[in-house]
Amino acid sequence: MKTNNFKIIALSLVATAFFASCNNDDEETTQQVEFSGTYVQRDQMARPAINTVFIASGTPKDAFNTTTPSTMGAAYQSVFQSRLLALNPAYTTNALGQTAAQFTGLLATDVLGVAKTGTTTFFDGTNVLTGRALADDVIDTELLLIFGGTNGMANGNLTSDNVDANDKAFSATFPYLATAW
Amino acid sequence: MKKTKMFLGLSLVAISGLILVAADHADAPAVTGNANDITDVYAFQGSNASNLVFVVNTQGLLSPTATNAATFNENVMTEINIDNNGDNVEDLVIQAIRRGSKMYFFGPVAPGTAGTSSTVKVGTPAGSVDISAYGSTAITSSNNGMTFFAGPRDDPFFFDLNRFKAILASPTPIGFNNPGTDSFAGTNVLATIVEVPKAMLGNSATINVWAETKQKQ
Repeated sequence: MKTNNFKIIALSLVATAFFASCNNDDEETTQQVEFSGTYVQRDQMARPAINTVFIASGTPKDAFNTTTPSTMGAAYQSVFQSRLLALNPAYTTNALGQTAAQFTGLLATDVLGVAKTGTTTFFDGTNVLTGRALADDVIDTELLLIFGGTNGMANGNLTSDNVDANDKAFSATFPYLATAW
Repeated sequence: MKKTKMFLGLSLVAISGLILVAADHADAPAVTGNANDITDVYAFQGSNASNLVFVVNTQGLLSPTATNAATFNENVMTEINIDNNGDNVEDLVIQAIRRGSKMYFFGPVAPGTAGTSSTVKVGTPAGSVDISAYGSTAITSSNNGMTFFAGPRDDPFFFDLNRFKAILASPTPIGFNNPGTDSFAGTNVLATIVEVPKAMLGNSATINVWAETKQKQ
């Protein structure tokens, strides 16, 4: 494998070429920083809890984690549908009007749709799958779509875990996540 | 919410081997308990509406006493993948990898070769940030409109995992408690956070986003 000795000189030149007006805070780096090599996928994630709910424990989970999203749909839609119907044998359509095939077809390709304008949320009552914000109750959304039936009213004791918020308040500014416990 | 008829029961017993461990916490043997394990991915509009924020959390369920010793691994690259034409193939990547006391960021940039194998895009450095220490004030840095953070934070995920496991394991139909109990209360993760101008993410109205950890071979 080719070695890239990533020197600060190269970094500075590239940074200058690309970002003429940047305040280059990398200049304090005086050592060579080495980034060579090939890196191979070990884990993959987009929507919350998808692998854990729909893929069997052990080797199948590792296999899903090392699959690239463009090939997930073909490989996993039927697996997801079987799991959905095992979880909820009475499933017909969910509150989004999706059949089992449509719902699992969406879920099996594990990517998170994100809007570049407007509200970014997993589900806020109006917007659906336009991102994932920190305070989104994503588990309730997924439980509702898996168990809630056509109008969200079925299996009422399974459609919310009744934990509606985080145990620490989020920040409105970067880095947004709360300080560690 | 009104309690209505429950259809589960035997079917849940039949899949009681299915253990849901957080949003994606500790989900598979090859990554459980090591630096590759992604617990959650978030993507949302920043406080500056011209920006998107990407959060990739790893190494979940860290107790306060375990958090100080938790570190990013220099052989594990975190890669945020962005598809902006709807084919679920990444058109842009943002990479983060630790060297010494810093987290280095690269991109957004075309990946070269899409898929499961990557190299660090050293030709497109985005910036770097000192990794924040446990118990210390968050260190952030900004470069070219992007802002960076890496270090321990409270796990933002909340879920009554333990009750869900009990539901799956129960021989008779049961439901969630009200109120439930947040199984992730009081636990931490190692967070990698980057805020990026939307203008650097292509011209599409929407993007598809996912995170990967990639291990050096």
